[in-house]
Amino acid sequence: MDELLTEFLTETTESINTLDLELVALERDPNNPSLLSNIFRLFHTIKGTCGFLNLPRLEKVAHSAENVLGKFRSGEMLVTPPAVTLILESIDRIKALLFALEQTQTEPDGSDADLIARLDEMAEKGTGSYSPPPESTISFETAIAEFSAPVTAPSAVQVDVAPIKKIEESIGLHDGPAQEGAVAGQSIRVNVDVLENLMTMVSELVLTRNQLLQIMRVQKDTGFNAPLQRLNHVVSELQEGVMKTRMQPIGNAWSKLPRIVRDLSHELNKKIELVMVGADTELDRQVLELIKDPLTHMVRNSADHGIEMPADRIKAGKPETGVINLNAYHQGGYIIIEIIDNGRGLSMAKIKSKAIANGLVTEAEAQLMSDSQIQQMIFKPGFSTAETVTSVSGRGVGMDVVRTNIERIGGTIEMRSVEGKGSTFLIKIPLTLAIVSALILECGGERFAIPQISVLELVRASAKTEYKIERINGTPVFRLRNRLLSLIALDDMLNLPSNRRGDDCYIVVTQVGNYVFGLMVDQVFDTEEIVVKPVSPILRNINIFSGNTILGDGSVIMILDPNGIAGAAGQITLEDTELMNAAAAAAKGAKSKDEMALLLFNAGIGGPKAVPLPLVSRLEDIDLSQVEFTSGLPVIQYRGNLMPLMACDESFDFHVGGNRPLLVFADGERSMGLLVDEIVDIVEDDIKVQLAPDRAGLVGSAIISGRATEIIDVAHYLGRAFSDWFNPSPRAAYDEAEKRVLLVDDSPFFRNLMKPLLTAAGYHVTTVEGAAEALALIENGMQFDAVVSDIEMPGMSGFEFAQRLKQDDRFRDTPLVALSAFASDRDLDRGRRAGFTDYVAKFDRDGLLQTLSQTFSETKGVA
Amino acid sequence: MTDHKARHVSSALLGSGDTNDYVTMSIADQVFGIPVLKVQDVLGPQRITRIPLAPKEIAGSLNLRGRIVTAIDIRQRLDLPAMPVGHRNMSIVVESKNEMYSLIVDKVGEVMSLEKNTYEKSPATLDPKWRDIAGGIHRLESRLLIVLDIERLLSFADIGIA
Repeated sequence: MDELLTEFLTETTESINTLDLELVALERDPNNPSLLSNIFRLFHTIKGTCGFLNLPRLEKVAHSAENVLGKFRSGEMLVTPPAVTLILESIDRIKALLFALEQTQTEPDGSDADLIARLDEMAEKGTGSYSPPPESTISFETAIAEFSAPVTAPSAVQVDVAPIKKIEESIGLHDGPAQEGAVAGQSIRVNVDVLENLMTMVSELVLTRNQLLQIMRVQKDTGFNAPLQRLNHVVSELQEGVMKTRMQPIGNAWSKLPRIVRDLSHELNKKIELVMVGADTELDRQVLELIKDPLTHMVRNSADHGIEMPADRIKAGKPETGVINLNAYHQGGYIIIEIIDNGRGLSMAKIKSKAIANGLVTEAEAQLMSDSQIQQMIFKPGFSTAETVTSVSGRGVGMDVVRTNIERIGGTIEMRSVEGKGSTFLIKIPLTLAIVSALILECGGERFAIPQISVLELVRASAKTEYKIERINGTPVFRLRNRLLSLIALDDMLNLPSNRRGDDCYIVVTQVGNYVFGLMVDQVFDTEEIVVKPVSPILRNINIFSGNTILGDGSVIMILDPNGIAGAAGQITLEDTELMNAAAAAAKGAKSKDEMALLLFNAGIGGPKAVPLPLVSRLEDIDLSQVEFTSGLPVIQYRGNLMPLMACDESFDFHVGGNRPLLVFADGERSMGLLVDEIVDIVEDDIKVQLAPDRAGLVGSAIISGRATEIIDVAHYLGRAFSDWFNPSPRAAYDEAEKRVLLVDDSPFFRNLMKPLLTAAGYHVTTVEGAAEALALIENGMQFDAVVSDIEMPGMSGFEFAQRLKQDDRFRDTPLVALSAFASDRDLDRGRRAGFTDYVAKFDRDGLLQTLSQTFSETKGVA
Repeated sequence: MTDHKARHVSSALLGSGDTNDYVTMSIADQVFGIPVLKVQDVLGPQRITRIPLAPKEIAGSLNLRGRIVTAIDIRQRLDLPAMPVGHRNMSIVVESKNEMYSLIVDKVGEVMSLEKNTYEKSPATLDPKWRDIAGGIHRLESRLLIVLDIERLLSFADIGIA
């Protein structure tokens, strides 16, 4: 039977039993408000759940009964025996329906119109004019007979009263009304705390068992042998049993996903199919709770960023409908969850340029990175691959949060992606958090445990054999099947005295994410089931340890955290070390709102030129000999499309040949290439446009990195390319008169950047530099169809401005769009409360245009 | 436990209004006291697991009836030299914020019931390390007893547990 339905039946049967008792009590004590409100609440819950589960008959009956109860509660009606009878009758009906539901898993056919009519009549007319229909008196007596017994006795079923029988037949029920379902009786609900407590006790028992077994290993042939073996078995079974009580199918965490994917595919106009396999794979409910959000996030990501638009898919030779596979299965004490999409995969170039732009790596570092390393960048804080901030994802909660959440529960996440083919995420998590299997090892005279999940293999290295440790400038490395393995000496890392004789040691090949490194240790013992206990708060800042435990011999040992080791070693430079996080955070915090990433390049005559990096979607290097000409204008075949080319220098000769860097600006489906001579750098700077443009195609000049730099007006080039090549622009396709947009921003640079963009998109734009000025314009009777405002402004903030604006009758219905450099969920919330219709990240040009065109199409009727 | 001590304990448990009861201990010939109700256990020498990279004040952790207890070396905490090898040290187990700590001292003494009027604040001229962990001073007939402030004792220079 459907999980949800079973749960509903159990819960509702419980509620109904309570209702029986309470209604009878209410009849005796009609003025007890707490009793009444409890009854009301139970009915309300039943109604709500039925509505959710699409059980219309149940819902209608509960609804009408609730109406009557509502009258009781508000004092409009007195609690009279006939009224209570009617309610009890509804309960009987609900019970009968529930019973049928349990048998057939669907609501039986039939109608409850008679009962509902009487309930409604009662609710409408109140007690005064209520005249009970003939059968109600009879059923009242029946009900009393039934419910005078504290719990519905099966005998009540046998009460054979003709009118009721008649009704049952007319409503399509054949079984007795008060029969308790078999499903309801088979499960009980237990407080989670009881289960948690049980688990803790079992954990302790496992420990004690381990200790006893350890003693047995030393002292052989005692009389305890046989009983201890039995104890061992029983404890194992008990552990399994208790763990089972906490197990829930992973499908519970998935249940919302089909709906999410469906909504997403509508919203994004994509065709997406979600295939879920292994929904009945069970795992600990604590773990389940913790992976719910990361999973949802990842599926959203796949749908949003992974799967392409249907047109793109067909172009790429793939079926129109994208598939997201969600698989779950058990594998040796772990549960594996795979999220596979056959979308576009991760674009190396895009990730690289994004990582550089976000200051996560330098350009030089990026050049040296392997594909796998580049892919790992998506797990770094401050990274979001989404080109544009959509309502779906890319709001700053990125894969780094997903990774952190999964690692917090002792799991690992790996990713493989082939550009153009799709991405696969592999999540491996322990079945339960309390007990994990760990490898016990020794180093520097101390023993440590390392979670088995991170250990790939063990290698014995010895200088005398071919498996020997080699050194590069003193740094140890190891050849493992034609791959060079970085090594970390655990004793050095932990400041322990070295017990190693030369380079003879064991290497624990450890995996963190996609990184593999070797841990040099002195000795390796066996694997033990350990109960993870958190370390004392006084030690919590040593991130090499994830916890501690008591071994079978009673000694305390520390549990190594492979993540912490990788981070502390600093050898995996791309891993998040505390330092890097801190640096990134500092960089983020220091970023003023006018500071933005600029791509510097040389092109044509004059000094260096710059373009806001967020506007550039890709950097390419093209061979000019591949440039073709249509109607005398240069184009290049790019990803199956013809892409118009522009040069900053109008007199540029496209026939010169050779390779040139190309900045690709994408605008929805179309893209345009701007040919430059040389890409110089990416800088983050506070831009002050100092000189007004002296010719078309420039926003102005500013001092960047100490040099006068011309800032390119991308809109100019886009406009030229698109009006020449694609007419008319769908963005400007409004058949109505020009919409008037008021842009409020204190940064002259931003105003200069946005005004031409918005104008090009077909809006009539007025710009002002502050809220006060904007309000003054409005005072003077200026009208606008939409207002786009910055949030952080000197003087009046955007929030305040929005509130003031919304107080003005003329602007109450005017769409208000907020612009901000940082669009956190909290900002979003606050913005909405202040009266903003939407929130767009600054420099997200597409986002703003899309939002505006959406708001206008929505408010068309109003405006 | 001798009869003499038992009497002390019983009077401690009865707890009259104008006395404070302390478990006493000595470290480098100085007498310290911990309020008796805060003491969970008194232990002899234990097998202690060293914790690499931990602050020097932390001697390691030990298993006390299935619970993991962090051992604090009070001599290290007070920048005193370590006891000679072979000395059988003792520990007093206390609980702070639901965590157990075992305080390693030279020797654990008796339980004393001290008049409240012999108590006063620690002198301002005390070495900062000492003043940091001293909740106050009791004047005994022939010597002075320093009352240990457990919370402050457990908050080391930069890695406080607070």
